Amino acid sequence: MNIETTSRGATWLAALTDGAAPLTGYPPSVQVVDGALADQRCRYVAVLPDAANAWPRARTGEIGVIEGWELARAVHEVIDADRAAPKRAIVAVVDVTSQAYGRREEAFGIHEALAGAAGAYAQARLAGHPVIALIVGKAMSGAYLAHGYQANRIIALNDAGVMVHAMGKAAAARVTMRSVEDLERLAAEVPPMAYDISSYATLGLLWQLLDVDSADRPCAVDLADARHALIVALDDIRADPSPDLRSRLGGPNRGASSLVREKLLAQW
Amino acid sequence: MSGAAALLARDSFVELAARERVRALMDGRAFRELIDPFERVTSPWLARQGVVTQADDGVVVAKGEIAGQPAVILAIEGAFQGGSLGEVGGAKIAGALELAAQDNRRGIPTRAVILFETGGVRLQEANLGLAAIAEIHAAIVDLRRYQPVIGVIAGTVGCFGGMSIAAGLCSYLVVTREARLGLNGPQVIEQEAGIVEYDSRDRPFVWSFTGGRQRADTGLADVFVDDDASLLRQAVIALFERGRPATERSDAWRHYLDRLSRYDPARQATPEIVRQLLEPGASS
Repeated sequence: MNIETTSRGATWLAALTDGAAPLTGYPPSVQVVDGALADQRCRYVAVLPDAANAWPRARTGEIGVIEGWELARAVHEVIDADRAAPKRAIVAVVDVTSQAYGRREEAFGIHEALAGAAGAYAQARLAGHPVIALIVGKAMSGAYLAHGYQANRIIALNDAGVMVHAMGKAAAARVTMRSVEDLERLAAEVPPMAYDISSYATLGLLWQLLDVDSADRPCAVDLADARHALIVALDDIRADPSPDLRSRLGGPNRGASSLVREKLLAQW
Repeated sequence: MSGAAALLARDSFVELAARERVRALMDGRAFRELIDPFERVTSPWLARQGVVTQADDGVVVAKGEIAGQPAVILAIEGAFQGGSLGEVGGAKIAGALELAAQDNRRGIPTRAVILFETGGVRLQEANLGLAAIAEIHAAIVDLRRYQPVIGVIAGTVGCFGGMSIAAGLCSYLVVTREARLGLNGPQVIEQEAGIVEYDSRDRPFVWSFTGGRQRADTGLADVFVDDDASLLRQAVIALFERGRPATERSDAWRHYLDRLSRYDPARQATPEIVRQLLEPGASS
Protein backbone atom coordinates (compact mmCIF):
# COMPACT_ATOMS: atom_id res chain seq x y z
CA MET A 1 0.00 0.00 0.00
CA ASN A 2 1.24 3.46 -0.83
CA ILE A 3 2.10 5.27 2.40
CA GLU A 4 0.76 8.60 1.14
CA THR A 5 -2.74 7.17 0.67
CA THR A 6 -2.81 5.32 3.98
CA SER A 7 -4.86 7.18 6.52
CA ARG A 8 -3.59 7.79 10.01
CA GLY A 9 -6.44 5.70 11.30
CA ALA A 10 -5.27 2.75 9.20
CA THR A 11 -1.65 3.26 10.21
CA TRP A 12 -2.36 3.33 13.93
CA LEU A 13 -4.90 0.52 13.84
CA ALA A 14 -2.37 -1.72 12.10
CA ALA A 15 0.42 -0.68 14.46
CA LEU A 16 -1.58 -1.24 17.65
CA THR A 17 -2.74 -4.66 16.51
CA ASP A 18 0.58 -5.81 15.00
CA GLY A 19 -1.02 -5.90 11.60
CA ALA A 20 -3.57 -8.54 12.58
CA ALA A 21 -6.29 -9.14 10.01
CA PRO A 22 -9.56 -7.31 10.61
CA LEU A 23 -12.70 -9.37 11.13
CA THR A 24 -14.43 -10.43 7.95
CA GLY A 25 -18.04 -9.51 7.35
CA TYR A 26 -17.53 -5.78 7.95
CA PRO A 27 -17.29 -3.28 5.11
CA PRO A 28 -13.83 -1.91 4.24
CA SER A 29 -14.78 1.41 5.86
CA VAL A 30 -15.26 -0.15 9.30
CA GLN A 31 -12.34 -2.21 10.49
CA VAL A 32 -12.66 -4.33 13.59
CA VAL A 33 -9.68 -6.16 15.04
CA ASP A 34 -9.77 -8.44 18.05
CA GLY A 35 -6.41 -8.12 19.72
CA ALA A 36 -4.92 -7.59 23.12
CA LEU A 37 -4.08 -4.78 25.48
CA ALA A 38 -1.92 -5.53 28.51
CA ASP A 39 -2.46 -9.25 27.89
CA GLN A 40 -6.21 -8.79 28.09
CA ARG A 41 -8.64 -9.21 25.22
CA CYS A 42 -9.45 -5.96 23.47
CA ARG A 43 -11.49 -4.96 20.44
CA TYR A 44 -10.04 -2.22 18.25
CA VAL A 45 -12.41 -0.32 15.98
CA ALA A 46 -11.62 2.25 13.28
CA VAL A 47 -13.46 3.98 10.45
CA LEU A 48 -11.26 4.26 7.38
CA PRO A 49 -11.55 5.87 3.94
CA ASP A 50 -12.87 3.56 1.23
CA ALA A 51 -12.63 5.04 -2.25
CA ALA A 52 -14.93 2.29 -3.54
CA ASN A 53 -17.67 2.86 -0.95
CA ALA A 54 -21.03 2.28 -2.66
CA TRP A 55 -22.33 5.37 -0.87
CA PRO A 56 -20.68 8.18 -2.85
CA ARG A 57 -20.72 10.74 -0.01
CA ALA A 58 -18.84 8.47 2.38
CA ARG A 59 -15.64 7.66 0.50
CA THR A 60 -13.03 9.74 2.30
CA GLY A 61 -13.32 8.67 5.92
CA GLU A 62 -16.75 10.08 6.71
CA ILE A 63 -19.17 8.18 8.90
CA GLY A 64 -22.28 7.48 6.87
CA VAL A 65 -25.40 5.41 7.39
CA ILE A 66 -23.68 2.05 6.90
CA GLU A 67 -20.66 3.02 8.99
CA GLY A 68 -22.88 4.13 11.88
CA TRP A 69 -24.85 0.88 12.00
CA GLU A 70 -21.73 -1.26 11.50
CA LEU A 71 -20.04 0.50 14.43
CA ALA A 72 -23.14 -0.24 16.49
CA ARG A 73 -22.88 -3.88 15.47
CA ALA A 74 -19.17 -4.10 16.30
CA VAL A 75 -19.80 -2.79 19.81
CA HIS A 76 -23.03 -4.70 20.51
CA GLU A 77 -21.29 -7.93 19.53
CA VAL A 78 -18.83 -7.35 22.35
CA ILE A 79 -21.54 -6.46 24.86
CA ASP A 80 -23.55 -9.56 23.96
CA ALA A 81 -20.55 -11.92 23.92
CA ASP A 82 -19.25 -10.73 27.30
CA ARG A 83 -22.55 -10.69 29.16
CA ALA A 84 -21.38 -13.49 31.47
CA ALA A 85 -17.66 -12.99 30.94
CA PRO A 86 -15.00 -10.47 31.93
CA LYS A 87 -15.78 -7.24 30.10
CA ARG A 88 -13.15 -6.70 27.46
CA ALA A 89 -11.85 -3.26 26.58
CA ILE A 90 -12.82 -1.44 23.41
CA VAL A 91 -10.39 0.99 21.78
CA ALA A 92 -11.82 3.42 19.23
CA VAL A 93 -9.01 4.58 16.93
CA VAL A 94 -10.33 7.97 15.85
CA ASP A 95 -9.50 9.63 12.55
CA VAL A 96 -12.82 10.73 11.10
CA THR A 97 -13.18 13.69 8.75
CA SER A 98 -16.91 14.27 9.36
CA GLN A 99 -20.32 12.72 9.09
CA ALA A 100 -21.42 12.10 5.50
CA TYR A 101 -23.35 14.97 3.92
CA GLY A 102 -25.84 13.84 1.29
CA ARG A 103 -29.38 13.19 0.18
CA ARG A 104 -29.18 9.42 0.62
CA GLU A 105 -27.86 9.89 4.12
CA GLU A 106 -30.68 12.14 5.30
CA ALA A 107 -33.24 10.02 3.48
CA PHE A 108 -32.30 6.83 5.30
CA GLY A 109 -31.84 8.49 8.69
CA ILE A 110 -28.11 8.95 9.19
CA HIS A 111 -28.97 10.53 12.56
CA GLU A 112 -30.41 7.19 13.72
CA ALA A 113 -27.35 5.28 12.47
CA LEU A 114 -25.08 7.63 14.43
CA ALA A 115 -27.36 7.21 17.44
CA GLY A 116 -26.87 3.48 16.98
CA ALA A 117 -23.10 3.89 17.24
CA ALA A 118 -23.07 6.44 20.08
CA GLY A 119 -25.67 4.45 21.99
CA ALA A 120 -23.70 1.22 21.60
CA TYR A 121 -20.51 2.77 22.97
CA ALA A 122 -22.46 4.31 25.87
CA GLN A 123 -24.08 0.98 26.71
CA ALA A 124 -20.71 -0.78 26.57
CA ARG A 125 -19.33 1.76 29.03
CA LEU A 126 -22.34 1.40 31.35
CA ALA A 127 -22.05 -2.41 31.18
CA GLY A 128 -18.49 -2.17 32.49
CA HIS A 129 -16.45 -2.39 29.30
CA PRO A 130 -13.52 0.02 29.49
CA VAL A 131 -13.91 2.20 26.41
CA ILE A 132 -10.92 4.29 25.31
CA ALA A 133 -10.76 6.70 22.40
CA LEU A 134 -7.38 7.36 20.82
CA ILE A 135 -7.54 10.39 18.56
CA VAL A 136 -4.79 10.13 15.94
CA GLY A 137 -6.18 12.54 13.32
CA LYS A 138 -9.44 14.37 12.88
CA ALA A 139 -12.34 13.96 15.30
CA MET A 140 -15.00 16.06 13.70
CA SER A 141 -18.53 16.82 14.75
CA GLY A 142 -21.12 14.07 14.30
CA ALA A 143 -18.46 11.55 13.38
CA TYR A 144 -16.72 12.05 16.72
CA LEU A 145 -20.06 11.86 18.57
CA ALA A 146 -20.61 8.45 16.95
CA HIS A 147 -17.07 7.15 17.32
CA GLY A 148 -15.08 8.20 20.36
CA TYR A 149 -17.01 10.73 22.43
CA GLN A 150 -18.75 8.10 24.58
CA ALA A 151 -15.43 6.69 25.80
CA ASN A 152 -14.56 6.54 29.50
CA ARG A 153 -11.21 8.15 28.67
CA ILE A 154 -10.02 10.11 25.63
CA ILE A 155 -6.36 10.27 24.60
CA ALA A 156 -5.19 12.52 21.77
CA LEU A 157 -1.86 12.68 20.02
CA ASN A 158 -0.20 16.05 20.51
CA ASP A 159 0.21 16.86 16.84
CA ALA A 160 -0.81 19.65 14.48
CA GLY A 161 -2.84 17.21 12.38
CA VAL A 162 -5.00 16.25 15.34
CA MET A 163 -8.17 18.29 15.41
CA VAL A 164 -11.44 18.19 17.31
CA HIS A 165 -14.25 20.43 16.16
CA ALA A 166 -17.95 20.86 15.56
CA MET A 167 -17.60 22.06 11.99
CA GLY A 168 -14.84 22.64 9.45
CA LYS A 169 -13.50 26.21 9.22
CA ALA A 170 -15.01 27.19 5.88
CA ALA A 171 -18.49 25.92 6.71
CA ALA A 172 -18.38 27.36 10.25
CA ALA A 173 -17.46 30.77 8.83
CA ARG A 174 -20.42 30.68 6.45
CA VAL A 175 -22.91 29.57 9.08
CA THR A 176 -21.84 32.22 11.58
CA MET A 177 -21.60 34.81 8.80
CA ARG A 178 -17.94 35.59 9.40
CA SER A 179 -14.89 35.52 7.21
CA VAL A 180 -12.45 32.67 7.71
CA GLU A 181 -9.95 35.28 8.94
CA ASP A 182 -12.40 36.56 11.57
CA LEU A 183 -13.12 33.01 12.61
CA GLU A 184 -9.41 32.30 13.03
CA ARG A 185 -8.93 35.46 15.07
CA LEU A 186 -11.83 34.51 17.35
CA ALA A 187 -10.61 30.94 17.58
CA ALA A 188 -7.32 32.23 18.93
CA GLU A 189 -9.13 34.11 21.70
CA VAL A 190 -11.98 31.74 22.49
CA PRO A 191 -10.71 28.28 23.51
CA PRO A 192 -13.83 26.25 22.64
CA MET A 193 -13.73 27.66 19.09
CA ALA A 194 -10.09 26.80 18.52
CA TYR A 195 -9.09 24.11 16.07
CA ASP A 196 -5.80 23.08 17.68
CA ILE A 197 -5.58 20.20 20.09
CA SER A 198 -3.75 22.11 22.85
CA SER A 199 -6.66 24.58 23.13
CA TYR A 200 -9.04 21.65 23.23
CA ALA A 201 -7.00 20.20 26.07
CA THR A 202 -7.83 23.24 28.24
CA LEU A 203 -11.50 22.21 28.22
CA GLY A 204 -10.77 19.19 30.41
CA LEU A 205 -12.28 16.66 28.04
CA LEU A 206 -9.02 14.84 27.30
CA TRP A 207 -7.62 12.37 29.76
CA GLN A 208 -4.19 12.69 28.17
CA LEU A 209 -2.37 14.59 25.45
CA LEU A 210 0.34 12.29 24.17
CA ASP A 211 3.58 13.54 22.59
CA VAL A 212 4.76 11.63 19.53
CA ASP A 213 7.63 12.05 17.07
CA SER A 214 5.39 11.33 14.12
CA ALA A 215 1.65 10.90 14.06
CA ASP A 216 1.83 9.98 10.36
CA ARG A 217 4.55 7.36 10.66
CA PRO A 218 4.83 6.34 14.30
CA CYS A 219 8.23 5.01 15.33
CA ALA A 220 8.69 2.18 17.82
CA VAL A 221 8.87 4.64 20.72
CA ASP A 222 5.65 6.40 19.62
CA LEU A 223 3.88 3.07 19.48
CA ALA A 224 5.24 1.97 22.85
CA ASP A 225 4.15 5.28 24.39
CA ALA A 226 0.65 4.97 22.93
CA ARG A 227 0.34 1.40 24.19
CA HIS A 228 1.52 2.47 27.61
CA ALA A 229 -1.03 5.31 27.69
CA LEU A 230 -3.82 2.92 26.74
CA ILE A 231 -2.80 0.50 29.50
CA VAL A 232 -2.66 3.23 32.14
CA ALA A 233 -6.07 4.46 30.94
CA LEU A 234 -7.39 0.92 31.19
CA ASP A 235 -6.18 0.63 34.79
CA ASP A 236 -7.62 4.05 35.59
CA ILE A 237 -11.02 3.03 34.25
CA ARG A 238 -11.00 -0.30 36.07
CA ALA A 239 -10.20 1.51 39.33
CA ASP A 240 -12.97 4.08 38.80
CA PRO A 241 -16.27 3.09 40.43
CA SER A 242 -18.37 5.33 38.17
CA PRO A 243 -18.90 4.34 34.53
CA ASP A 244 -20.15 7.82 33.56
CA LEU A 245 -18.41 10.82 32.02
CA ARG A 246 -17.91 12.92 35.17
CA SER A 247 -14.11 12.66 34.93
CA ARG A 248 -14.38 15.18 32.08
CA LEU A 249 -15.63 17.93 34.37
CA GLY A 250 -13.31 20.42 36.07
CA GLY A 251 -11.29 21.75 33.13
CA PRO A 252 -10.09 25.35 33.46
CA ASN A 253 -12.17 26.53 30.51
CA ARG A 254 -15.30 24.57 31.36
CA GLY A 255 -16.38 26.03 34.68
CA ALA A 256 -20.00 26.68 33.70
CA SER A 257 -20.57 22.97 33.06
CA SER A 258 -19.81 22.28 36.73
CA LEU A 259 -21.65 25.35 38.02
CA VAL A 260 -24.84 24.35 36.21
CA ARG A 261 -24.66 20.83 37.66
CA GLU A 262 -24.11 22.16 41.19
CA LYS A 263 -27.12 24.42 40.88
CA LEU A 264 -29.31 21.69 39.41
CA LEU A 265 -28.42 19.34 42.26
CA ALA A 266 -29.14 22.01 44.87
CA GLN A 267 -32.51 22.86 43.32
CA TRP A 268 -33.55 19.35 42.28
CA MET B 1 -67.03 20.45 12.95
CA SER B 2 -66.01 21.98 9.65
CA GLY B 3 -62.35 22.12 8.68
CA ALA B 4 -62.11 25.80 9.46
CA ALA B 5 -63.88 25.48 12.79
CA ALA B 6 -61.64 22.59 13.79
CA LEU B 7 -58.61 24.68 12.93
CA LEU B 8 -59.88 27.59 15.01
CA ALA B 9 -60.65 25.32 17.97
CA ARG B 10 -57.07 24.08 17.91
CA ASP B 11 -54.62 25.24 20.51
CA SER B 12 -51.37 25.38 18.54
CA PHE B 13 -48.31 23.91 20.21
CA VAL B 14 -45.90 24.94 17.48
CA GLU B 15 -46.63 28.59 18.12
CA LEU B 16 -45.83 28.33 21.83
CA ALA B 17 -42.54 29.44 23.36
CA ALA B 18 -40.53 26.90 25.38
CA ARG B 19 -42.02 27.75 28.79
CA GLU B 20 -45.60 27.64 27.45
CA ARG B 21 -44.88 24.28 25.88
CA VAL B 22 -43.79 22.96 29.26
CA ARG B 23 -46.98 24.31 30.83
CA ALA B 24 -49.09 22.58 28.19
CA LEU B 25 -47.54 19.19 28.92
CA MET B 26 -47.40 19.16 32.73
CA ASP B 27 -50.29 17.99 34.93
CA GLY B 28 -52.38 20.98 35.99
CA ARG B 29 -50.12 23.20 33.85
CA ALA B 30 -47.90 23.41 36.95
CA PHE B 31 -44.11 23.23 37.12
CA ARG B 32 -41.09 24.47 39.00
CA GLU B 33 -38.23 25.82 36.94
CA LEU B 34 -34.62 25.06 37.87
CA ILE B 35 -31.93 27.68 37.24
CA ASP B 36 -34.64 30.07 36.11
CA PRO B 37 -33.91 33.23 34.12
CA PHE B 38 -33.65 35.34 37.27
CA GLU B 39 -30.48 33.46 38.18
CA ARG B 40 -28.96 34.76 34.98
CA VAL B 41 -26.70 31.81 34.30
CA THR B 42 -25.85 32.97 30.82
CA SER B 43 -23.32 31.89 28.24
CA PRO B 44 -19.84 33.04 29.25
CA TRP B 45 -18.73 32.70 25.63
CA LEU B 46 -21.30 34.66 23.60
CA ALA B 47 -20.66 37.92 25.42
CA ARG B 48 -16.96 37.70 24.62
CA GLN B 49 -17.87 37.60 20.93
CA GLY B 50 -20.28 40.50 21.00
CA VAL B 51 -23.37 38.29 20.77
CA VAL B 52 -26.34 39.09 22.99
CA THR B 53 -26.95 36.47 25.68
CA GLN B 54 -30.27 35.27 27.04
CA ALA B 55 -30.99 34.86 30.76
CA ASP B 56 -31.84 31.16 30.45
CA ASP B 57 -29.38 30.44 27.60
CA GLY B 58 -32.31 29.14 25.60
CA VAL B 59 -33.10 26.06 27.72
CA VAL B 60 -35.88 25.56 30.26
CA VAL B 61 -35.49 22.87 32.94
CA ALA B 62 -38.86 22.19 34.52
CA LYS B 63 -39.95 19.73 37.20
CA GLY B 64 -43.54 18.66 37.66
CA GLU B 65 -45.73 15.66 37.10
CA ILE B 66 -47.07 13.95 34.01
CA ALA B 67 -49.94 11.52 34.55
CA GLY B 68 -49.24 11.69 38.27
CA GLN B 69 -45.60 10.61 38.01
CA PRO B 70 -42.55 12.82 38.64
CA ALA B 71 -41.28 14.30 35.39
CA VAL B 72 -38.65 16.67 34.14
CA ILE B 73 -39.12 18.49 30.86
CA LEU B 74 -36.16 19.96 28.99
CA ALA B 75 -37.41 22.53 26.54
CA ILE B 76 -35.18 24.20 23.99
CA GLU B 77 -36.19 27.70 22.87
CA GLY B 78 -35.86 27.72 19.11
CA ALA B 79 -36.16 31.50 18.97
CA PHE B 80 -32.80 32.05 20.71
CA GLN B 81 -29.79 31.44 18.44
CA GLY B 82 -31.73 28.88 16.44
CA GLY B 83 -32.07 26.64 19.47
CA SER B 84 -28.34 26.02 19.31
CA LEU B 85 -26.69 24.42 22.32
CA GLY B 86 -23.73 25.95 24.07
CA GLU B 87 -22.03 25.09 27.33
CA VAL B 88 -24.75 26.31 29.72
CA GLY B 89 -27.84 25.14 27.85
CA GLY B 90 -26.19 21.82 27.09
CA ALA B 91 -25.19 21.30 30.73
CA LYS B 92 -28.75 22.12 31.84
CA ILE B 93 -30.12 19.29 29.71
CA ALA B 94 -27.33 16.79 30.44
CA GLY B 95 -27.27 17.58 34.17
CA ALA B 96 -31.05 17.25 34.54
CA LEU B 97 -31.08 13.91 32.71
CA GLU B 98 -28.21 12.70 34.93
CA LEU B 99 -30.23 13.60 38.04
CA ALA B 100 -33.33 11.89 36.65
CA ALA B 101 -31.31 8.69 36.18
CA GLN B 102 -29.95 9.02 39.71
CA ASP B 103 -33.53 9.45 41.01
CA ASN B 104 -34.44 6.13 39.40
CA ARG B 105 -31.48 4.40 40.99
CA ARG B 106 -32.83 5.63 44.32
CA GLY B 107 -36.35 4.45 43.69
CA ILE B 108 -37.87 7.71 42.44
CA PRO B 109 -39.37 7.02 39.00
CA THR B 110 -38.57 10.39 37.41
CA ARG B 111 -39.26 10.47 33.67
CA ALA B 112 -38.00 12.90 31.06
CA VAL B 113 -39.38 14.63 28.00
CA ILE B 114 -37.11 16.60 25.70
CA LEU B 115 -38.63 19.28 23.49
CA PHE B 116 -36.23 19.54 20.56
CA GLU B 117 -36.13 22.77 18.63
CA THR B 118 -32.52 23.01 17.67
CA GLY B 119 -29.92 23.31 14.96
CA GLY B 120 -27.40 21.45 17.12
CA VAL B 121 -24.07 22.78 18.35
CA ARG B 122 -23.82 26.55 18.88
CA LEU B 123 -20.81 27.28 16.71
CA GLN B 124 -19.70 30.22 18.87
CA GLU B 125 -19.09 27.67 21.64
CA ALA B 126 -18.18 24.88 19.23
CA ASN B 127 -16.29 22.27 21.21
CA LEU B 128 -18.14 22.94 24.45
CA GLY B 129 -21.46 22.49 22.67
CA LEU B 130 -20.23 19.26 21.11
CA ALA B 131 -18.98 17.99 24.48
CA ALA B 132 -22.30 18.82 26.16
CA ILE B 133 -24.20 17.00 23.43
CA ALA B 134 -22.04 13.89 23.98
CA GLU B 135 -23.03 14.10 27.66
CA ILE B 136 -26.70 14.44 26.70
CA HIS B 137 -26.33 11.26 24.62
CA ALA B 138 -24.72 9.49 27.57
CA ALA B 139 -27.47 10.60 29.95
CA ILE B 140 -30.32 9.55 27.65
CA VAL B 141 -28.81 6.08 27.29
CA ASP B 142 -28.44 5.85 31.07
CA LEU B 143 -31.96 7.08 31.88
CA ARG B 144 -33.75 4.99 29.26
CA ARG B 145 -32.63 1.86 31.14
CA TYR B 146 -35.22 2.82 33.76
CA GLN B 147 -37.88 4.91 32.04
CA PRO B 148 -38.77 5.67 28.45
CA VAL B 149 -37.24 8.97 27.36
CA ILE B 150 -39.63 10.84 25.08
CA GLY B 151 -38.59 13.37 22.49
CA VAL B 152 -40.98 15.84 20.91
CA ILE B 153 -40.17 17.63 17.68
CA ALA B 154 -42.95 20.10 16.98
CA GLY B 155 -41.30 22.63 14.66
CA THR B 156 -40.67 25.04 13.20
CA VAL B 157 -36.90 24.92 13.79
CA GLY B 158 -36.77 21.12 13.74
CA CYS B 159 -33.99 18.99 15.14
CA PHE B 160 -30.55 18.82 13.57
CA GLY B 161 -26.86 18.23 14.21
CA GLY B 162 -25.75 16.38 17.29
CA MET B 163 -29.19 16.83 18.80
CA SER B 164 -30.72 14.75 16.01
CA ILE B 165 -28.56 11.94 17.36
CA ALA B 166 -30.02 12.67 20.81
CA ALA B 167 -33.49 12.39 19.25
CA GLY B 168 -32.39 9.12 17.69
CA LEU B 169 -31.48 7.83 21.14
CA CYS B 170 -34.88 8.64 22.64
CA SER B 171 -37.18 5.70 23.33
CA TYR B 172 -40.02 7.42 21.50
CA LEU B 173 -40.39 10.44 19.24
CA VAL B 174 -43.52 12.53 18.71
CA VAL B 175 -43.61 14.71 15.60
CA THR B 176 -45.96 17.09 13.84
CA ARG B 177 -46.26 18.05 10.18
CA GLU B 178 -44.07 21.09 10.89
CA ALA B 179 -41.25 18.96 12.31
CA ARG B 180 -38.05 18.15 10.50
CA LEU B 181 -35.49 15.66 11.74
CA GLY B 182 -32.11 15.24 10.10
CA LEU B 183 -28.42 15.14 10.92
CA ASN B 184 -27.27 17.89 8.60
CA GLY B 185 -29.15 21.10 7.99
CA PRO B 186 -30.25 21.63 4.36
CA GLN B 187 -27.96 24.62 3.77
CA VAL B 188 -24.92 22.77 5.04
CA ILE B 189 -25.60 19.80 2.78
CA GLU B 190 -26.05 22.10 -0.18
CA GLN B 191 -22.78 23.85 0.65
CA GLU B 192 -20.88 20.60 1.13
CA ALA B 193 -22.41 18.50 -1.64
CA GLY B 194 -23.91 20.94 -4.14
CA ILE B 195 -27.38 22.05 -5.12
CA VAL B 196 -27.97 19.01 -7.33
CA GLU B 197 -27.48 16.80 -4.30
CA TYR B 198 -29.65 18.89 -1.99
CA ASP B 199 -31.60 22.04 -2.87
CA SER B 200 -32.09 23.71 0.49
CA ARG B 201 -34.61 26.23 -0.86
CA ASP B 202 -36.93 23.55 -2.19
CA ARG B 203 -39.12 23.17 0.87
CA PRO B 204 -41.34 20.33 -0.42
CA PHE B 205 -38.17 18.41 -1.32
CA VAL B 206 -36.65 18.94 2.14
CA TRP B 207 -39.87 17.99 3.95
CA SER B 208 -40.41 14.94 1.74
CA PHE B 209 -37.24 13.41 3.19
CA THR B 210 -36.96 14.87 6.69
CA GLY B 211 -40.48 16.04 7.54
CA GLY B 212 -42.51 14.66 10.44
CA ARG B 213 -44.93 12.76 8.20
CA GLN B 214 -42.16 10.90 6.38
CA ARG B 215 -40.24 10.16 9.59
CA ALA B 216 -43.35 8.73 11.26
CA ASP B 217 -44.29 6.69 8.18
CA THR B 218 -40.82 5.15 7.99
CA GLY B 219 -40.51 4.26 11.66
CA LEU B 220 -37.91 6.91 12.45
CA ALA B 221 -40.53 8.58 14.67
CA ASP B 222 -43.32 6.88 16.58
CA VAL B 223 -46.32 9.16 16.74
CA PHE B 224 -47.54 11.78 14.30
CA VAL B 225 -49.94 14.32 15.80
CA ASP B 226 -51.71 17.40 14.60
CA ASP B 227 -50.43 20.68 15.96
CA ASP B 228 -52.56 20.84 19.09
CA ALA B 229 -51.30 21.21 22.65
CA SER B 230 -53.76 18.79 24.24
CA LEU B 231 -53.10 16.17 21.54
CA LEU B 232 -49.39 16.50 22.21
CA ARG B 233 -49.94 15.96 25.93
CA GLN B 234 -52.16 12.93 25.26
CA ALA B 235 -49.51 11.46 22.97
CA VAL B 236 -46.79 11.87 25.60
CA ILE B 237 -48.96 10.27 28.30
CA ALA B 238 -49.86 7.36 26.03
CA LEU B 239 -46.19 6.70 25.29
CA PHE B 240 -45.27 6.73 28.98
CA GLU B 241 -48.09 4.23 29.55
CA ARG B 242 -46.59 2.01 26.86
CA GLY B 243 -43.44 1.70 29.00
CA ARG B 244 -39.95 1.02 27.70
CA PRO B 245 -39.79 -0.40 24.18
CA ALA B 246 -38.72 -4.05 23.78
CA THR B 247 -35.86 -2.81 21.61
CA GLU B 248 -34.74 0.79 21.47
CA ARG B 249 -34.79 2.10 17.90
CA SER B 250 -31.10 2.99 18.12
CA ASP B 251 -30.27 -0.62 19.06
CA ALA B 252 -32.00 -1.99 15.95
CA TRP B 253 -28.80 -2.35 13.89
CA ARG B 254 -29.85 -5.79 12.64
CA HIS B 255 -33.11 -4.40 11.27
CA TYR B 256 -31.53 -1.37 9.64
CA LEU B 257 -28.55 -3.20 8.11
CA ASP B 258 -30.94 -5.80 6.73
CA ARG B 259 -33.20 -3.19 5.16
CA LEU B 260 -30.30 -1.12 3.85
CA SER B 261 -28.76 -4.19 2.21
CA ARG B 262 -31.70 -4.13 -0.22
CA TYR B 263 -30.94 -0.58 -1.34
CA ASP B 264 -28.54 0.06 -4.21
CA PRO B 265 -26.84 3.39 -3.43
CA ALA B 266 -26.06 3.82 -7.12
CA ARG B 267 -29.69 4.98 -7.34
CA GLN B 268 -30.37 8.34 -5.77
CA ALA B 269 -32.82 8.08 -2.88
CA THR B 270 -36.45 9.11 -3.20
CA PRO B 271 -39.04 9.37 -0.41
CA GLU B 272 -40.86 6.41 -2.00
CA ILE B 273 -37.79 4.16 -1.94
CA VAL B 274 -37.24 5.01 1.72
CA ARG B 275 -40.87 4.23 2.53
CA GLN B 276 -40.71 0.89 0.74
CA LEU B 277 -37.58 -0.12 2.59
CA LEU B 278 -38.18 1.24 6.07
CA GLU B 279 -41.95 1.21 6.48
CA PRO B 280 -42.62 -0.63 9.76
CA GLY B 281 -45.15 -3.00 8.16
CA ALA B 282 -42.97 -3.77 5.14
CA SER B 283 -42.05 -7.43 4.70
CA SER B 284 -38.68 -8.38 6.09
